[in-house]
Amino acid sequence: MSVLAAVRHLLWKDLVLELRTREILATMTLFALLVAVVFHFAFSPGPADAARLLPGMLWVTLAFASTLGLSRSFVLERDQQCLEALRLFPVDPGLIYAGKFASNLLYLLAVEALLLPALGGIAGVPLRPALGPLGAVLLLGSVGLVAVGTVFSAVSVHTGMREVLLPILLLPLASPVLINGARVTAGILSGRPWADLLPGVRLLIAFDVIFVVVGYLIFEYVVEE
Amino acid sequence: MAVPAIREVRSASPGFDWREGLVWVGALLGGFGMYMAILFAPEEATMSHAQRIFYVHVPAAWVGFLAFAVVFVASAAFLWTRRRAFDLAAHASTEIGVVFTTLAIISGAVWGKAVWGTWWTWDPRLTTTFMLWFIYTVSLMVRAYGGPSGQSARFAAVLGVVGFLDIPLIHLSVLWWRSLHPLPVVLRTEGFGTGLPPQMLWALLTNVAAFTVLYILLFSIRRAQLAAQDALSAQQEQGRRTRPTAEAAKEGWR
Repeated sequence: MSVLAAVRHLLWKDLVLELRTREILATMTLFALLVAVVFHFAFSPGPADAARLLPGMLWVTLAFASTLGLSRSFVLERDQQCLEALRLFPVDPGLIYAGKFASNLLYLLAVEALLLPALGGIAGVPLRPALGPLGAVLLLGSVGLVAVGTVFSAVSVHTGMREVLLPILLLPLASPVLINGARVTAGILSGRPWADLLPGVRLLIAFDVIFVVVGYLIFEYVVEE
Repeated sequence: MAVPAIREVRSASPGFDWREGLVWVGALLGGFGMYMAILFAPEEATMSHAQRIFYVHVPAAWVGFLAFAVVFVASAAFLWTRRRAFDLAAHASTEIGVVFTTLAIISGAVWGKAVWGTWWTWDPRLTTTFMLWFIYTVSLMVRAYGGPSGQSARFAAVLGVVGFLDIPLIHLSVLWWRSLHPLPVVLRTEGFGTGLPPQMLWALLTNVAAFTVLYILLFSIRRAQLAAQDALSAQQEQGRRTRPTAEAAKEGWR
């Protein structure tokens, strides 16, 4: 089976499951909106502060929502021995990673597509003018979050602590994504020149490349029996 | 086989125990280092005696980083070869690294309170060290809760590799913030040790050597302990399988 076909099959399997149950997307989206609302009331920012707080709120909300979705991702595989079946799939285990990575990324992007306008509305910050750059940064950050998260979702689901372990594994490792994502978002919203944002963007790209490759290479050691 | 493994641990050094030798070397170096730090090295002009924390803080931080570098190499080797010895090395080194990083953070905080007037600040180097501490503490948790020992060893090794690769990125991503931490004084582009008066440099190097010996010593002891623990549980497992317990025997007669 070709690489693309294998990944497509794995992705399709996850999407069909999600379309039938709507478990992950619905919980992630609702949770993200709730966190955003709670943040807003906790800080109760005035119009001037709202734009300053928005990047942090956005990225922390995404970090929480992605842990929620990612932890579900392998719980579903563990139940009813689906992981054993997945291991029998006659491809390189790295491709199983690629498939899970693709479905997790799609979920997170879908949540972002809903969260971004909602957060702009809640905080009262117009996001439309900066939509292009914001989307690009969110995409880069999401790739990094999901690249690390997919590996550690598979790790934590096998441990005694299950879902509880994922956030404390993921958040320190994904801190470069969260820090740079928030900083670049803040730079975009305050209209800083492109050159100022470049180091952060470069770091996000480096993180994405390193951890997609490492995740692909190391995944076989995570899922083997 | 379990039994030879235990014998091997016990009789690793039949005549001269090199660990005992190391204890002496370490104690001598440590004592001499403390003398150098407290009496030999001059008092620093602006920080006064608080600067002397530096002779514990820097070696502790160095051992922390050294230990995590060993974890990275041993983890990668374990994933590659599956030899238990590498896992034991990674485990032992993780524990020591977490202890010494904690020591570095605490001693740094005491120094910071005296010199900066605050216990903690989100300086790049402090933040990176804190994240490092987090990652390896979680790695110990993965070992503790990771289920069967082979599996948790694999997971800890995965974390050992991924976590170490993440460190430069964490460091770079917080580097844009204004740095408060003193600049390196030993490894500099201007030449080795040029940032310090010679007496301070010698005091520091002696303590770094003493801490490094301490690391090697702790590492070898902890590794041997873990190997012995391994051998013991293997033997117990074997005993359980071959010799039925009283309850099991009763169960059989019923």
